[in-house]
Amino acid sequence: MNAARNTLPVELKGLSTRFGSTWVHRNIDLAVPVGEVVALVGGSGTGKTTLLRQMVGLLRPAEGEVRLFGEPLFAGSRAEQLARRRRFGMLFQQGALFSALNVFANVAFPLREFGVSDEAMLRDLVLLKLAMVELGPEVALRMPAELSGGMIKRVALARALALEPELLLLDEPTAGLDPDRSAGFVRLIRALQKALGLTVVLVTHDLDTLAALATRVAVLSEGRILAFGPLDEIMTVQDPFIERFFHSERSQAALARGRSEI
Amino acid sequence: MVLSGDWTLSVLNPRCVDIRRQLEAVSGAPAWDLAGVSRLDSFGALLLWRAWGRRRPPQLVLPEALESVFGRLADLGDASLPVEPPYRFLDATAHLGRLLLGLVRHLGQFVVLVGQLLLDLLYLLRNREHWPVREMSANFYKVGVKAMPVTALVGFLIGVVMSYLSALQLRALGADTFIVNILGLGIIRELGPVLVSVLVAGRSGSAMTAQLGVMRVTEEIDALTTMGVSRYVRLVLPKVVALTLAMPLLTLWGSSVAIFGGMVSAYVQLDMSFDYFLNALPRAVPVANLVIGLVKGAVFGLLIALVACHFGLRVKPNTESLSANTTASVVTSITVVILVDAVFAIVTRTIGLPYR
Repeated sequence: MNAARNTLPVELKGLSTRFGSTWVHRNIDLAVPVGEVVALVGGSGTGKTTLLRQMVGLLRPAEGEVRLFGEPLFAGSRAEQLARRRRFGMLFQQGALFSALNVFANVAFPLREFGVSDEAMLRDLVLLKLAMVELGPEVALRMPAELSGGMIKRVALARALALEPELLLLDEPTAGLDPDRSAGFVRLIRALQKALGLTVVLVTHDLDTLAALATRVAVLSEGRILAFGPLDEIMTVQDPFIERFFHSERSQAALARGRSEI
Repeated sequence: MVLSGDWTLSVLNPRCVDIRRQLEAVSGAPAWDLAGVSRLDSFGALLLWRAWGRRRPPQLVLPEALESVFGRLADLGDASLPVEPPYRFLDATAHLGRLLLGLVRHLGQFVVLVGQLLLDLLYLLRNREHWPVREMSANFYKVGVKAMPVTALVGFLIGVVMSYLSALQLRALGADTFIVNILGLGIIRELGPVLVSVLVAGRSGSAMTAQLGVMRVTEEIDALTTMGVSRYVRLVLPKVVALTLAMPLLTLWGSSVAIFGGMVSAYVQLDMSFDYFLNALPRAVPVANLVIGLVKGAVFGLLIALVACHFGLRVKPNTESLSANTTASVVTSITVVILVDAVFAIVTRTIGLPYR
């Protein structure tokens, strides 16, 4: 078990992506170590979300491969692939809650799919997951359409954590939240990451979030990874994009705000 | 009790019943040692917690790292889901009442839709430059021209089948020539318009509802309103006008192909030449029937488009509502078409029927 825990949760090897005739990524290598919070940043259209979607197998790269927990993403039988999928959870940008199901059924969905059939156990588990994202039992019977944006994200996070994943992928976790809620959500993610020992990969363009969460930053530019390392190291890299992205006055203020939240 | 190994969801769940029984058997034990547990997630913790009767046993050896999981469980206490009140007889009555009120509301909203369309029409008559001509033409192409192949296919097959079955009976009676009357009257007056309506309701009506519904979900309709563009003028009117104009033409097309199918079948079955069939058709079927068929087509088109738009604008921003309204749209428009067809049959019973 220990050997398995030391393997890289996510590894990209020589990954290239093409949309039509334009290459979005060219030969990307990236290794995410256990327990780290890696943020993917880059200008719009650099394929951050595309990269995230490739990590979970929603898109297939044109070349190269994605390895999760030391194995190729699409290797093995159906059952093995399924077992691999259950080791990660993803939080989508808009939450992607099933709008036909209430909050309880949404969080219970992955558990039921996994085969937890004991209703009393299921109820306690779902309430526990909701408590972990700081939601009380009173929201359990509400429908997604009756929730605020912040609550939708929390419920979606609870659903992503339902199967006790080792790896959590977040697509713009704070997009669409007001600064106060966004700071609260970042604190929550951070607390959960520490408590559960999660490895996190997130895509964000919000520098507050970046500074408060990420232990490492990968900067995407012109189809490749420009730099990968702790934020302080990234800040010293000489590059026009990094200059614009991290060193403007607005960015500095946001980074300072984010750091103060840690 | 000394526990060891992985206490996680993936390991425990396959043997959950077994493990729970074993835990229950030893649940009274006062001393528990969890020092040997390598991994424990909330599923494993919850299993133990329930076995302990939702409190810590008197003597518990718990590694520091596992403290937080049980802390969260203790914080949860015995929180339970809010209870939904049981279903009573009065609730059933209320449900029935709500259904009736819902129907009244539907009718009310439908009247509002039609009224708003009429007001917008008046406005457009005075302001000619605001006619959504492009949208009308695009819709006409979508609901009319693109529906031609499927209408032709279905019409042809229905014509062949009707002709084949009637020919068998008529030949037995020696009344071969009446095939022209049966096909001509049946298809032009009745079957053509209804058949095409059912096809169009399933094909274009559902598409209209779904399109408006998705625009509701993605707030596109709200965006239009904030720009001061009336949803009725820009979205509903083009659909209604296009379908009202396209349906008579589609009916004509569908009926023609169906009669052609009937002609082919009559030629094969009864050796009736195309020449004879085409010459006999106008004598057997007065032209009034064609007019009735086309008018029916236009009215059905109008109704299908109105019903589709009505349900499309009712969609609430969730997937469940979208599917429910699309289903309701198709079912309602087909029902309405058949009801109105019955009304037509009664109203026009003295017109265009040679043998009465």
